[in-house]
Amino acid sequence: MVAIILIVIVVLLAVWYISAYNSLIRMRTHVQEAWSQIDVQLKRRNDLIPNLVSTTKGYANYEQSTLKKVVALRNQLTAVPADDHQQTMEVSNQLSTTLRSLFALSENYPDLKANTQFTQLMEELSNTENKIAYSRQLYNSSVANLTMKILSFPSNIVAKIHHFQESDYLKVPEEEKVAPKVNFDDFNQDK
Amino acid sequence: MLYDQIAMNKRRTGYVMFGFGVLVLAIGAALGYLFWNSWVSGTVIAAVVAAVYMLIMISQSTNVVMSMNHAREIKDEQQAPQLWHLIEDMALVAQVPMPRVFIIDDASPNAFATGNDPKHAAVAVTTGIMDRLNREELEGVIGHEMSHVRNYDIRLQTIALALSAAIGLLVNFASNWFWWGGGRRRDDDRDSGGNVIGIVISILLIVLAPLAASIAQMALSRNREYLADASSVELTRNPQGLINALKKIDDSAPMKAADPNSSALYISDPFKKRQKFADLFATHPPIADRIARLEKM
Repeated sequence: MVAIILIVIVVLLAVWYISAYNSLIRMRTHVQEAWSQIDVQLKRRNDLIPNLVSTTKGYANYEQSTLKKVVALRNQLTAVPADDHQQTMEVSNQLSTTLRSLFALSENYPDLKANTQFTQLMEELSNTENKIAYSRQLYNSSVANLTMKILSFPSNIVAKIHHFQESDYLKVPEEEKVAPKVNFDDFNQDK
Repeated sequence: MLYDQIAMNKRRTGYVMFGFGVLVLAIGAALGYLFWNSWVSGTVIAAVVAAVYMLIMISQSTNVVMSMNHAREIKDEQQAPQLWHLIEDMALVAQVPMPRVFIIDDASPNAFATGNDPKHAAVAVTTGIMDRLNREELEGVIGHEMSHVRNYDIRLQTIALALSAAIGLLVNFASNWFWWGGGRRRDDDRDSGGNVIGIVISILLIVLAPLAASIAQMALSRNREYLADASSVELTRNPQGLINALKKIDDSAPMKAADPNSSALYISDPFKKRQKFADLFATHPPIADRIARLEKM
């Protein structure tokens, strides 16, 4: 009888251990996937910037200094080592800010805005910018899930044995929209 | 909160389908008893017909709803890059797969989502909404629609739409038959059989009409619209975009291409029935209320 109880306890523990380990692995994979999504968008933007330079070439007076800064930041971004997420995002945030001011300034160039190639490029660039922001949001929420799992009892035991490490959150640039507090209390369920 | 909503929607879809099934079986039994004096054969035929109808509706609902609303599908992002990109963005943050994308040629700004589940969803917008709204505003609207997708609102609303349309059809058919076929029979041969049929049909009519209404009512929870607005803001983190979008949608002419049965699916009532307060049978909460709630965030 005692033997049976012991076996049951051991089996239950093993099942729990395996499932805790698997969910840690799954969450870590989510974090990695979220990063690779950001990475894809960063590369896409890096590819778009030379097009921006060539499209605006004909407009000699178009914000040369800002454009130069964009190109410099782009080159700086490609030079950052691939596994340094924090520095990558820091440069990327600067690039986003500069690009945004470039978009705003383009309002002053009516003939440039009439250029379909330019407007297409603007759409592509703002698409990439948004996707970077949203992928970062996703990345941070998957990091939060993983961190919770690593720190909370009892899954922290499994995390410690297998050396799971917390990932860092990606910093959101200051000027970026502050998340409004969504209050769901107003929405009573009609069950 | 979100999971409660999803569970409630799935449960309600079950109720609606079950209620519809029972109703159809009852009608089949009654008709079978009247015409062949055998309620079993009537029930069996009704069960087969109802099963086939539900299967068709479940597999084809998106195509049916889209064609009822004169929407055409776009398959390539270059056909509407901004719209496509925004839907991609919202699918990314809502963590649902990319839905099918449809465009309705109508100058009035509006949009809706439909489908059976997030894997088989579709979003439709009018050309008017793409012309009038800027990127931020359109993002708010798409966020609202993707929330309906994620919350399984689309499944409940689409099934309810299909079933109440079927009941409406039955009621029409029965009342025509009652007035023309049934009426003549009463004049020609005054036997008791005709009267019995007449009475049964009128009872059916009395029972059916409110049932269709209550099925529709289940899907038309106004809370669902408020909740989708709030979820949209949670996705975009930009309440102002949706507020401005709702203002622009409010300040426009009614739609021409919309199908009356589908009006509950749209982000805002496509026919612009004027309403001063949130009354019980309105398909949508007043836009002023929705804006007020968004402004509180």
